Amino acid sequence: MESVLVGVDRSEGSRRAVRFALERSRVNSWRMTVAYVINWSQYGFPIPEDNEARPLQRKAELEQAQTEVIDPLLEWIKSELRGDDVDVTSVIQHGRPSEVLADIAQAGRFDLLVVGRTGDSNLRTAIFGTTSYRLVQHSPIATVVVP
Amino acid sequence: MTTTSLNHASVLAAEETTGIDATLEKYFGPFADWLASIVFYTVPAFGTDVPLIVGWLVVCGVFFTIYLKFLNVRGMKHALHLVQGKYTPADAIGEVSHFQALSTAISSTVGLGNIAGVAVAITLGGPGAAFWMTVAGFVGMTTKMAECTMAVKYRHVHEDGSISGGPMYYLRDGLAALNRAGIGKFLAAAWALCMMFAALGTNAFQSNQATQQLVDVSGDGAIGTWMADNRWAIGLTMALLTGAVILGGIKSIARVTSVMVPFMAILYFLGCLTVILGNLGGIPGAIADIITGAFTPEGVAGGVVGSLIVGFQRATFSNSAGVGDAPIAHSQVRTNRPATEGFVASLEPFVDTIIICNMTALAVVVTGTWQGSDVGEVGGVTITSRAFESVVSWFPYVLAVAVLLFAYSTILSNSFYGMKGFGYLFGDNRTAENVYKLVYLFFTVIGAAVALGPVILFADSAFFLLALFNVVGLYFLAKVIRREIVEYWRQLHNGEIQEVSPEERAKLR
Repeated sequence: MESVLVGVDRSEGSRRAVRFALERSRVNSWRMTVAYVINWSQYGFPIPEDNEARPLQRKAELEQAQTEVIDPLLEWIKSELRGDDVDVTSVIQHGRPSEVLADIAQAGRFDLLVVGRTGDSNLRTAIFGTTSYRLVQHSPIATVVVP
Repeated sequence: MTTTSLNHASVLAAEETTGIDATLEKYFGPFADWLASIVFYTVPAFGTDVPLIVGWLVVCGVFFTIYLKFLNVRGMKHALHLVQGKYTPADAIGEVSHFQALSTAISSTVGLGNIAGVAVAITLGGPGAAFWMTVAGFVGMTTKMAECTMAVKYRHVHEDGSISGGPMYYLRDGLAALNRAGIGKFLAAAWALCMMFAALGTNAFQSNQATQQLVDVSGDGAIGTWMADNRWAIGLTMALLTGAVILGGIKSIARVTSVMVPFMAILYFLGCLTVILGNLGGIPGAIADIITGAFTPEGVAGGVVGSLIVGFQRATFSNSAGVGDAPIAHSQVRTNRPATEGFVASLEPFVDTIIICNMTALAVVVTGTWQGSDVGEVGGVTITSRAFESVVSWFPYVLAVAVLLFAYSTILSNSFYGMKGFGYLFGDNRTAENVYKLVYLFFTVIGAAVALGPVILFADSAFFLLALFNVVGLYFLAKVIRREIVEYWRQLHNGEIQEVSPEERAKLR
């Protein structure tokens, strides 16, 4: 069975990417995994208090991502499927989105990576390019960018 | 006639306003003298008075450097790989990367010790003191390696994933494991108590030198004169800013500061480079002065040994190797092997003392500002500032910004270390915590108000007391340290420890 990985965030664009992947998963009986990456860098300059609070902070961020992004998304997928059966799993990780998605794609031996063209863009991504752009350049597997 | 009376009036006003400064100085000075006379107990040796505590640190650094087979230098390349996360598997314990732990620790050590402390060392010990500072930085790398390895080995990982670590834990639990529980408990408690006071001292020193630089650059005008007469007001401003973070909980100020510090450090480095390049012709002479001064110093009290003592003392104050405050920050790191953080931590004295301090030293020696007639009174930061000024007239303003920022970040991180010592002794007592924090802020004001002499005496005394207890513990733990580090090095070289493949590195989590 083939498998597809979808990079998601809170944006409309990522919903369209999920819908695109979901349609094809339903028709072709693919496995589907939605991945949400919490932006985090190992190259930070944190204050000691934040380092100390990091384990709890990290746990809180994961829980928040689960309840605010992944749970509503899975709910929405269920309603979109209207009874059809697609094997959908989810994963949440910390890191730089483009790098982590590429790593998950590689480690999980996925066949296809799907991302939305525009995500939760902010000034930083506007200046340095977006996750989808970087993935097109560097992804180890075939990548579809959904407009 | 009119002018005379005017002058008289302004003198009166000045006397009134310096009242607070004078009062603070009157009580603080003798107290600092008393403490220093105990900590810096000297014995006559090599034709001079040698403070035992400095000899203690020299011996410790040299001993561990040899005992750990010079891994401080041999392991530097590996340390850089560790910092890049190449050896950190995703499932390792802890949530802070090697880079983050190192940058947090460096932020709290890079401070006025690097700017003012070096200048003080050269004024007292001649250019040769810079050479001895470098040697101290070199052996300090191993001391730091040893203490941070222990901090990770004996850290406590709580159920919620949070981590407590530092000298109090390795002294207590590490010595208990060697059947020395009694001594361990005593050393841990003594260390924690001294950390509370050392934090106050470092705090006062930073505040003092930041104020000095601010007064220097504000000139002789009305504002400058007012600031010079009311140093306590500058101290109070700093105390309020610090209070906003440590009492008011406005952490965002601290976060912004900690991101700015590395950039200011680079800016400072470039500033020194400009001074040095501006005197390119003098460089060979300056280096010759530093090296010959180290072995045949002229006009230095105590000769070679005097120069060495000053160099080691100021280097230790700058990089805090053997003191034990940095291991608290390093203990948070994500790793399964304590030795890894030891290697990473050894980079700290390298950056702090061997690179940054030497830049200051070269700038001060090459411009000759350490030889002025008034260098004894003006204090370290002014001497460095003059070196900057001799090349680009407006550089002291840049330096002032850097100094304020370094001072502020060090004041903040030392409050954290002080609170750790406090928490170990007294547990979570909110009222007592706030009392300590208020005392801490009071010392920010005292530091600004009184002269450099008593402040540096007090700061040094408290700081070196920490080293006394910490290093006793390190000697007890020497075998454990060696096993941990040398065994890790062996496994690294026979292939038992390998680089983690990119997909399995910690960034995945």
